[in-house]
Amino acid sequence: MYESPSWLHELWSAREALWSGFLTSVQCSILAILLGTLIGVVAGLVLTYGRFWARAPFRFYVDLIRGTPVFVLVLACFYMAPALGWQINAFQAGVLGLTLFCGSHVAEIVRGALQALPRGQMEASKAIGLTFYQALGYVLLPQAMRQMLPTWVNSSTEIVKASTLLSVIGVAELLLSTQQIIARTFMTLEFYLFAGFLFFIINYAIELLGRHIEKRVALP
Amino acid sequence: MTHVAASTQNTSQALLEIRGLHKQYGQLEVLKGVDLTMQRGNVVTLIGSSGSGKTTLLRCVNMLEEFQGGRILLEGESIGYHEVNGKRVRHSENVIARHRAMTGMAFQQFNLFPHLTALQNVTLGLLKVKKLHKDEAVVLAEKWLERVGLLARRDHFPGQLSGGQQQRVAIARAIAMKPSLMLFDEVTSALDPELVGEVLSVIKGLAEDGMTMLLVTHEMRFAFEVSDTIVFMNQGRIEEQGPPKDLFERPQSPRLAEFLKSTRF
Ligand SMILES: Nc1ncnc2c1ncn2[C@@H]1O[C@H](COP(=O)(O)OP(=O)(O)OP(=O)(O)O)[C@@H](O)[C@H]1O
Ligand SMILES: [Mg+2]
Repeated sequence: MYESPSWLHELWSAREALWSGFLTSVQCSILAILLGTLIGVVAGLVLTYGRFWARAPFRFYVDLIRGTPVFVLVLACFYMAPALGWQINAFQAGVLGLTLFCGSHVAEIVRGALQALPRGQMEASKAIGLTFYQALGYVLLPQAMRQMLPTWVNSSTEIVKASTLLSVIGVAELLLSTQQIIARTFMTLEFYLFAGFLFFIINYAIELLGRHIEKRVALP
Repeated sequence: MTHVAASTQNTSQALLEIRGLHKQYGQLEVLKGVDLTMQRGNVVTLIGSSGSGKTTLLRCVNMLEEFQGGRILLEGESIGYHEVNGKRVRHSENVIARHRAMTGMAFQQFNLFPHLTALQNVTLGLLKVKKLHKDEAVVLAEKWLERVGLLARRDHFPGQLSGGQQQRVAIARAIAMKPSLMLFDEVTSALDPELVGEVLSVIKGLAEDGMTMLLVTHEMRFAFEVSDTIVFMNQGRIEEQGPPKDLFERPQSPRLAEFLKSTRF
């Protein structure tokens, strides 16, 4: 007598595709968060302390990207890079889009955190003879980073969610892998719920990590 | 003093010499030609009504503010600007940072670094500006924390200290850099009345040690006791200056007389 295979059975046979999708999602998210944070910190510093002509291009970048849906951004990177003669694969194009997105948000977070510091902090630093970069490194950034940590964690989880958009350009991340499995098994609800659960795990881990760091660097 | 030291040091040179200092914020002229000379070991106190330019004058001396005219000489070095082919040019940031390290400043709002302990607040400049070895910096910082009565709090963060304690750490942070001139801008104004005494007594101790100090304060009794010279500022100018006794008991300028009358002692 024929029995339709159970969901657990299908899950088990799809484990490799799911695992690889999961890893791809984690990989592109982490890459985008790290690179985007790097770009964002530089952009945020220039936006806060740069002269007009230094600020202008970063202002343009930040405003442009923040005003664009991530979906459009990812498509733009995918289709425009080759058109500009830049040969990158779908994964790279997707990471580029997410990175630009992350960078523009981090830039504003960094600028906000630096501008919120009391003016006296820079003045006291200068008064003991620290140079601008020393003041930045030893006094301002350590305080700004503490302040922006929760918002930064929040942006990071947004990147993880946005990484699902890479499925439309054919990157076999968790969502696309799941859709492919569903096309074969027709277990729509089960596998979407499972994928959702995995995304939750990633973001929950990021939030736990953030909270842990926050506690460790908290000031009395 | 050895013979060599005496012959190499120009003893007649004033420690601080301000000539014709002009400062404006946009159109607003805040300092309108200030002249002030301080000798080594002098304690000079600026008094005057709100907005007369006392804070601005202090901040020009360590280049927290730009100024548009006049000269400030500290130990003979021109602060902030120098002449190149007859043109007034701002010093490079590195030179300005070095000049700033020659003066110490204590602020009304303390401005301690909240992410560093009391000890780390004091050692930061010693390590990064004076480039002292860690051990030396800690020894020196502990010495000054002890001096302001806070050695027991060396590992406390500013948030764990009272206002008076924070201000004393801030003074230790500035003094530990061995500045040749200390600037104090209303360092007790933000404190609860019962905490004012502990800070003033630290400053008094420094004065007794011969520290050269330029102060702004509204504590007239303290100014009277600690100062060699009192300088009365009015609308961006020095209106009158002299020994405390003369100034307080026989003011020449009617505006000073009026100011003193309106001030609590
Ligand atoms: N950043 C600034 N921009 C514009 N004007 C300023 C600025 N800082 C100070 N001023 C003006 O400069 C003048 C002198 O200010 P300053 O702070 O030196 O006075 P003060 O004598 O220290 O007064 P107080 O006793 O209230 O501290 C005031 O008229 C003030 O409004
Ligand atoms: Mg003032």
